[in-house]
Amino acid sequence: MNDLANSTESAIAPTSKNRPSRKGLGWIALAIAPILLSGCQIPGFGINQGVTETSHKVYKLWQGFMVTGLIVGGFTFVLIVFAAIRYRRRSNEIPRQTQYNTLVEVLYTVIPTIIVGFLFYFTIVVENPEVALVSNPPAKVKVVAFQWGWRFSYPENPMVTVVGQSTENPELVLPVGETVQLNLSSLDVVHGFYVKEFAFSQYALPGVVNKFDFKATKAGEFQTQCTQMCGLYHSLMYFKVKTIPAADYHQCLTNSTSGKQFIACANNTTTALYHRNTATQGAPVHHG
Amino acid sequence: MKVEARLLIWLGVFIGIMGIVYGIWSKEWGGTAMLIGTAILGIFPGLYYRWWSKRMGDRPEDRDATMAEGAGRIDTFPGSSIWPFALGMGCWFLVLALVFGTWFVVIGLPLVIFAVSGATAESRRGGDASGH
Amino acid sequence: MVDTLQPTTEHAHDDGHDEHHGASGLLNWLTTTDHKIIGMNYTVTSVIMMLLGGAMAMLIRAQLTVPDGGLVSLAKYNELFTMHGSIMIYLFAGPFAFGGLANYMVPIQIGAPDMAFPRLNALSYWLYLTGSITMLLGFFTAGGAANFGWVGYAPLSNSLNAPGAGADLWVGALILTGFSAIFTGVNLVATIFYLRAPGMTMFRMPIFTWNMLVTGILILLAFPVLTAGLVMLYCDRHFGTHIYDANGGGSPVLWQHIFWFWGHPEVYILALPFFGMVTEIIPVFSKKPLFGYKGMVFATITIAALSTGVWAHHMFTTGVVLLPFFSFMTYLISIPTGMKFFNWIGSMWGGQVQFTSAMLFSIGFLLTFLIGGITGILLASPPLDFFTHDTYFVVAHFHSVVIALVIGAMAGIFYWYPKMTGRFLSERLGKIQFWLLFGGGLLFVMPGYLVGLRGMPRRMAVYIIDPTWQNLNIWSSVGGFLMGISMLIFAANALKTMKTPKTAGPNPWDGHTLEWFTTSPPPHHNFYSLPNIKSERPTWDYFHPDAPALTHDDHDPSHVPGAVKADAQ
Repeated sequence: MNDLANSTESAIAPTSKNRPSRKGLGWIALAIAPILLSGCQIPGFGINQGVTETSHKVYKLWQGFMVTGLIVGGFTFVLIVFAAIRYRRRSNEIPRQTQYNTLVEVLYTVIPTIIVGFLFYFTIVVENPEVALVSNPPAKVKVVAFQWGWRFSYPENPMVTVVGQSTENPELVLPVGETVQLNLSSLDVVHGFYVKEFAFSQYALPGVVNKFDFKATKAGEFQTQCTQMCGLYHSLMYFKVKTIPAADYHQCLTNSTSGKQFIACANNTTTALYHRNTATQGAPVHHG
Repeated sequence: MKVEARLLIWLGVFIGIMGIVYGIWSKEWGGTAMLIGTAILGIFPGLYYRWWSKRMGDRPEDRDATMAEGAGRIDTFPGSSIWPFALGMGCWFLVLALVFGTWFVVIGLPLVIFAVSGATAESRRGGDASGH
Repeated sequence: MVDTLQPTTEHAHDDGHDEHHGASGLLNWLTTTDHKIIGMNYTVTSVIMMLLGGAMAMLIRAQLTVPDGGLVSLAKYNELFTMHGSIMIYLFAGPFAFGGLANYMVPIQIGAPDMAFPRLNALSYWLYLTGSITMLLGFFTAGGAANFGWVGYAPLSNSLNAPGAGADLWVGALILTGFSAIFTGVNLVATIFYLRAPGMTMFRMPIFTWNMLVTGILILLAFPVLTAGLVMLYCDRHFGTHIYDANGGGSPVLWQHIFWFWGHPEVYILALPFFGMVTEIIPVFSKKPLFGYKGMVFATITIAALSTGVWAHHMFTTGVVLLPFFSFMTYLISIPTGMKFFNWIGSMWGGQVQFTSAMLFSIGFLLTFLIGGITGILLASPPLDFFTHDTYFVVAHFHSVVIALVIGAMAGIFYWYPKMTGRFLSERLGKIQFWLLFGGGLLFVMPGYLVGLRGMPRRMAVYIIDPTWQNLNIWSSVGGFLMGISMLIFAANALKTMKTPKTAGPNPWDGHTLEWFTTSPPPHHNFYSLPNIKSERPTWDYFHPDAPALTHDDHDPSHVPGAVKADAQ
């Protein structure tokens, strides 16, 4: 009799009791399938590789995070919607008053912890070289933000300083293939130095000099602007970043006697490159 | 009262440990000071409750009890009082003095003093005018 | 079998004090110390604040449909987004949750006659109301309202960059509402520690009350820091100190540290009450106990403990904070938050899920919060934060979270409205509102993420001419307007109920907790009688004595699902 009961239960179990989880697994497989099938061709999820060595790494990190996020989020999403629809009210019966299930509770504590551990590990792997500084950078630029504009000066040639206010759209010229260190500070309030194609932003703080470096991999011109709220003309505090071949960069820098000349020289050497590599999306609006 | 005390103490201890780790690692004293202060904010009342829990023993709400065990007078609750409103207005005028000039203090400060003493007197009488 | 008891409360004025015997309506309102009336005041005031903040959001979204704006000036735009953020954070989300619904429900849920300090409670409300008025007064001053963003970053909020009275009013308002929050926190903690009914042990408290206890403790840990920081900011502005002034030897980063040391616990002060609400609602409408109740409580406490150690993840790009520490702590805090999702799913699993408006809003909360949570994990990684910081990606992230909170607030209102007023909100309008709010919310945040990844910074009155940016912004604005319409439907729904009869009865949802044991609305001092409390579901246990929650790992084979029939109440 006991055996019979057991066998009945085991016979019924897979069809009636376990059906929900089977179905759930199927849906999960369906959700993961496109990612698995596409193999290495993981999409960019809204971003592109950028033009520095770091930005390539950030791009990969982003892909990894997005894939993990979509799997975890998709799994949870499907579970929520599934539970709500599958167990929608069908009668006035009182369901089984289950409150605890040790195995499930342990699983949903341990598995997220492991996932999060991996995410933290990969974060550190990308972060450490990103914030580390090269000891002897071949190029240096001093960036000072103010209300509402930018000043870029080049210690290599003290005569070269580019200053521009808001819609004058000053240009910051950087070399390709060479590490350049930026010293960032602010004259008045907090500003935000941000270049999307470098996958990087940093605050320009008054009283603090922030140092970071880039190694650009591609020549191009990138329109950007201050990202940290800095007062009335915050939305018009534009600047432009231009990357040119390192040889041209140093040549222009040594041959120029003013910021204007330097920019003209840089524009000259890269005219041909613009049409190929310009990654900007538009022109600044000129607000009356 | 034991669970309540433990909750606060352990929150404080955890934040304190975090503060020590953070302080040693970052050498940033603003955040460290805030973390240690926060830890004390947890541990201090926690220890006070712990002391009370030993003095009071288990109350009916700390154990499996029937309603009957808690029967009787719970506390005195003031039914209505004008003093919170008066005090609120006084504080408001004091804050407006920060913005529009000191003459607001002339209204605000007497109101605050009046309201605080009124509320205290009300408590000593035990409830509002209609009280016992 | 189940014994109840006549009220065990004695209070000072059984002898005649009653709402009906007071002198006049206005005087009663001014002098009330009843937590229910104060709770209603808070709820109504904060919902009005939400509508005001929402109206500002509509202006912002309208401005952003075209690149060169034109609807409002640059200066007005800065005021608008500052006040939108300030109102929603300081004057709506917090006060609605811990001043409104918690004030009303927590004493009832633990079987208490009132809050522990009724007069302090009234003072909290008056400070909140005057604080709100103070903040809004900024619009009527010559220099306009505060215009430095709701975070008030230091050098921009000093007397040089923000000389107007509007900024002082902002500081003053935050000091007032800060004290209001602290007093409410004291009150919540004291009430929960001292006024529980017999048998209501800590681990039999309803989960909403647990969340409010932890919220109250977090308020006490966090708000004093903000208030102190604001006093120092005021000193910098008017008394010539240089605390946040780099030129005078001070540190602007110190303000960011202080602000976010309050600001991140504040995120959980805002979120936990709404977690609590949906955690009450989902099991009730699934006719099941909360899955993993104890785990949920520990997750909530863990969130509180960790939330004090994650503040500088708002400051990754300052270049002067300890990146790995804050990144690690932020990842840690995502674990207990993530666990809650499985508690919610587990509560629905195997239940009888009834799609009332409150339940729909709760599920909407889960889905929207899920999006905000996942993108939060992305932002916890400093390299990815460097990439997206101060862009619309961040704006979309925290709006996913706060829109989830608004949806949760609606769940709470639809769930407790019958208790607070004795009347039902229209379910039909509620469902229309849900789809508009949920759909509009998604339509608002999704293009935000995309335009952020394309590099659009936040707090921009005008932006560069780029068709993609503009298209995405237009979609966002459409979503925003849909949410605006959904709020108008809600306002209409609430006004409409004024004419409907009080048909709710004490327990319309077959609820679990003590508030469903008393009349709707509850009498003065809340209860005529109380059931014995044997679990965290005393009302359920009373009405369904044969369907108690199964104890840990109860695998009794005779207990076939559905075998227990619903007993007639």
